[in-house]
Amino acid sequence: MNGMSVEMNVIGQTIDEAGKSAPGTPRTVLEVRDLCVAYGKVEALSNANLRVGEGQIVTVIGPNGAGKTTMLSAIMGLLESRGQVIFDGEAEYVPRVERMVARGMNLVPEKRELFAEMSVEDNLLLGAFQRYRSGKRDHAETMKEVYHLFPRLEERKAQLAGTLSGGERQMLAVGRALMAKPKLLMLDEPSLGLAPLIVREIFRIIGELRRRGVSILLVEQNARAALQVADYAYVLETGEISMEGPAKQLADDPRVIEAYLGLGGKHQDRLAA
Amino acid sequence: MDIQIALLLAQDGITNGAIYALLALALVLVFAVTRVIFIPQGEFVAYGALTLVMIQAGTVPATLWLLLGAGVLAAAVDARGALASGQKGRLAGVLAWNVGYPAVLAALLYGLPLATLALPLQVLLALLVVVPMGPLMYRLIYQPIAAAPVLILLIVSVAVHVGMVGLGLLFFGAEGSRTPAFSEARFELGPMLVNGQTIWVIAASIVLIVALYLFFGRTIYGKALRATAMNRNGARLMGISPALAGRLTFLLAALIGALSGVLIAPITTIYYDTGFLIGLKGFVAAIVGGLASYPIAAAGAVLVGLLEAFSSFWASAYKEVIVFTLIIPVLLWRSFTSHHVEEEE
Amino acid sequence: MKPALSARSVLGSFLALLLVAPLVMPPFYVTLLNYIGLYALVALGLVLLTGVGGLTSFGQAAFVGLGAYTTAVLTTATELPAWLAWAGGSPWLALFVGLAFTATVAFVLGSLTLRLSGHYLPLGTIAWGISLYFLFGTLETLGGHTGLTGIPPIAIFGYELTDGSQIFYLIWAFLLLAVFTTQNLLDSREGRAIRALKGGMVMAEAMGVDTARARMVIFVIAALHACASGWLYAHMQRFVNPTPFGLHIGIEYLFMAVVGGAGQVWGALLGAGVITIAKQWLQDILPRIFGQSGNFEVIFFGLMMIIILQRAREGLWPLFARFVPVKATQRTLDAAAEPLPRKPLPARGDVILEAKDVTRKFGGLVANNAMSLTVKAGEILALIGPNGAGKSTMFNQISGVDTPTSGEVLFLGRPVAGRGSRAIARMGMSRTFQHVKLLPTMSVLENVAIGAHMRGDKGVFPAAWRMDRAEEARLLNEAARQIERVGLAEHMFDAAGSLALGQQRILEIARALAADPCLLLLDEPAAGLRFKEKQALAELLRKLRGEGMGILLVEHDMDFVMGLVDRVVVMEFGQKIAEGLPEEVQQNPAVLEAYLGGVE
Repeated sequence: MNGMSVEMNVIGQTIDEAGKSAPGTPRTVLEVRDLCVAYGKVEALSNANLRVGEGQIVTVIGPNGAGKTTMLSAIMGLLESRGQVIFDGEAEYVPRVERMVARGMNLVPEKRELFAEMSVEDNLLLGAFQRYRSGKRDHAETMKEVYHLFPRLEERKAQLAGTLSGGERQMLAVGRALMAKPKLLMLDEPSLGLAPLIVREIFRIIGELRRRGVSILLVEQNARAALQVADYAYVLETGEISMEGPAKQLADDPRVIEAYLGLGGKHQDRLAA
Repeated sequence: MDIQIALLLAQDGITNGAIYALLALALVLVFAVTRVIFIPQGEFVAYGALTLVMIQAGTVPATLWLLLGAGVLAAAVDARGALASGQKGRLAGVLAWNVGYPAVLAALLYGLPLATLALPLQVLLALLVVVPMGPLMYRLIYQPIAAAPVLILLIVSVAVHVGMVGLGLLFFGAEGSRTPAFSEARFELGPMLVNGQTIWVIAASIVLIVALYLFFGRTIYGKALRATAMNRNGARLMGISPALAGRLTFLLAALIGALSGVLIAPITTIYYDTGFLIGLKGFVAAIVGGLASYPIAAAGAVLVGLLEAFSSFWASAYKEVIVFTLIIPVLLWRSFTSHHVEEEE
Repeated sequence: MKPALSARSVLGSFLALLLVAPLVMPPFYVTLLNYIGLYALVALGLVLLTGVGGLTSFGQAAFVGLGAYTTAVLTTATELPAWLAWAGGSPWLALFVGLAFTATVAFVLGSLTLRLSGHYLPLGTIAWGISLYFLFGTLETLGGHTGLTGIPPIAIFGYELTDGSQIFYLIWAFLLLAVFTTQNLLDSREGRAIRALKGGMVMAEAMGVDTARARMVIFVIAALHACASGWLYAHMQRFVNPTPFGLHIGIEYLFMAVVGGAGQVWGALLGAGVITIAKQWLQDILPRIFGQSGNFEVIFFGLMMIIILQRAREGLWPLFARFVPVKATQRTLDAAAEPLPRKPLPARGDVILEAKDVTRKFGGLVANNAMSLTVKAGEILALIGPNGAGKSTMFNQISGVDTPTSGEVLFLGRPVAGRGSRAIARMGMSRTFQHVKLLPTMSVLENVAIGAHMRGDKGVFPAAWRMDRAEEARLLNEAARQIERVGLAEHMFDAAGSLALGQQRILEIARALAADPCLLLLDEPAAGLRFKEKQALAELLRKLRGEGMGILLVEHDMDFVMGLVDRVVVMEFGQKIAEGLPEEVQQNPAVLEAYLGGVE
């Protein structure tokens, strides 16, 4: 694992500065208590408890179909749920998307959900819709920052979002969420279907965002990358959180490897190598 | 038929076509943003025109009572919602908009010498009464079932239409009315005599279309509506609530409808139930555009107008039959270009 | 709770009431009942169309008009054109002509709109309703707005039905027959296809159901009901004019179906009753309240519809049914029914599916890039890869849902592209869905029976008149056999929606098996299953393989795949990155990298 973490440090240079070693101390941005979601009779998420501290990257990993996306949707208020979501010190018993966005929570969904027939710039602009509506008209400035983070988007600002490549789409989705200047950014599988080079770029940005004080809740299938960039991690299996701990610890835990990767014991040596 | 008559008919057709174009745009917009097939669009035409008629006659328009009633109902619903979610701060705003506004308007209508006001003021008052019914309608009728299948929304639309026609009869009576023309001027354009109201209708339609174009292309609210039409989930994640988009869309649709009514009231006699047929012709145009394309819908509208004008000359008894049969070739063409099996929402 | 009554006794007492009603009721009420019967007949068609099939029509009144005017013209005209002369003078012949005419018009109208999205049909019917109404009013042969008079009464064996209380029996006989045949139809092979139209079209097509045809069938049936009602109306009134056939009446018919309960056959009768009586009453009192005359009842109908659709979309029938609890009849299976014939399976080891260089692009995205794979009879091939690797796209190319940008897919030596899922199902490829697609309110048995749809051929008419029972018993037996085979026998009669997700996935496999395939395509069958369920599923798939079935499995659960399959194809970024025996693939560094992820 050593060779790997050296590389990680190059990508996200400032991770250690942010105090990866002390995850318990920062102020809580998001706390989820006993969150349950049911689709008809099928319970997709049961009694999930989770905490994200300010300036932290917290990741939720787990095999596909474990309920990760469901959990994000419920926190965001896209799905009906039971339980409690305490965001930024204020409890939401019934989270509603628009309200959560207004309060500074943003989700970059797995499907990206871009406005395909609109330009890159219009997509970004709409990211600031809620801020604009509540009278904060600083979108031009924010857009400059986003372009600074993603120079690629500035090159393509007049292009229709539907014509972008996979990596550019993901950048646009993240950039659009950043236009809202979120306190908590939730990313659902940001590396999904992207080539390694792009994945690296995305994770570089995630590290960069944290350095700027954005708290991040990251749902990933790319376990290695997620565990290396995160401070704290939860493992979700068939709708229940089965394990949690500092990301570094979990990365070395054979039970995680077994549960999440579904490969059985014989490959641990490879992972650890 | 000589060239004189042909030009006259063309002028008629284009004038009506301009109105149908406006209505078609509103229908496409409402469908794209809310999936509602907005059958009551035509009722806004009639309500707009006949409210103006009442104002010009110096009486307080009966539509005011509908606005007040709907406002009180909406206030009750919203206040209940605000209290249930512990947002007491919203109460004042809820009451001011839903009850305060109609009350102020009522005071104005009772206080002003309606019959003697300048025409633009009368038109403005008529719009102030009718247009807010759009967002109120969305709030009370469509918002609670916003996620329902298109089919259910369509049946509800038809129910709203039926109810509004009944109320129209109650408000305006069975008699038809016309308003005086905005302009009595006549211009000679080559061999053709163009009348002032025609110019008004066409010019106003063009101005409105350009304004809509700018609204959707340049303003963040316009873009938000387009975004909702393109990707509802994506829009919600930006904080653009479907409820907001719905109310805004219905506001635009009501404005377009009522303004169309005001524009054609000097040309056609408007009855309480005239709106339906006018609205349906807008529909024929919207269907030409596949309920999706604005320019094709607008072109379709002019075609409908011309077809109507010329068939009223050649076969006036069959005018309506001919216009509505127009959708057959259109549907045929659409049906040949679409193949796949899709799940209905 | 009240004890449930037997269906037979409820129906019996209802019939007895009907029988004596005209004898004891004043003529006004008999007329009212006549109207309710006529309206209910039309509403019944709409129940089938709207409540069951998820389509709708506002133009039913125009079909009623077609029936009424056809008979009016044929029975009153003094000079008919030579080719129609045979049909003149007899109401019964006129009924026949009217039905044929209506079926033709409905067929043409349906062909125009039914292939488009669902809202084009109702919009088309609005236009049609208006056009026909104006046509009735302007055509001189139809008497213009004054209409046609002097229509003779219907005669049965020389006995003329001149009086309201006489035609009463005919009207209600028609209605009860229509209810009977509709109920029969819904409980049949065709009926299951029709019930799948609402929310299950993609699934139904994959099971070989021609959904376009099923939509047409219900649209034509609804039109025929309306036509029959018009025929009865014309001979009851003895004159016709355009008024009762206008669009607003068409809308009222739809209201009846919705108010009564659009999914319920008997709801049509309830809705027709409620609306007809309410209309009578409101027309009486409202003008007095408002101090002017006019059809103010529409305000209330509009409001009532809005409230019903907002609050109680099932209409009033469920409410009504609570007062008259009827015992549900238990379905029985006929174990003696002859099993359905089976297609011969290809010889074990023969290549049955071959994908060659399949590439699929979406705009700038290359979802599949030069993918090749083969499946042989009697083997399980797994297509695996991380999320987003392009497996689902590949699945769509193979199952014929999508067409590759380049390359081809051969099934049993024949290209799959462009055939459509129905034809591919007939070729012997059957599938399940990643997101379970079943009809939650239908029983497990009926859901699985949809899979056997293309193994039967009895159509609408035999179904309506119960001449399909032998075949139906064979189809249901086959479904039951598959349900037992997959181990769901104890849930056979439960609603499919009440099963756990794992059981629903198994149900999908049973449904696919009912189609008698030689290749099974399973899209993530293990997703969301618990450990025990996965074991049971693996066991089932092994058994099927043992019987010579070819199985293609799309999965990302490595554990599930490894112990089970014969060969594995691994995808990432739309490409094949490895292929071979499970053990080989497991050791492949590229595969590990793909699955575990990594930041270079």
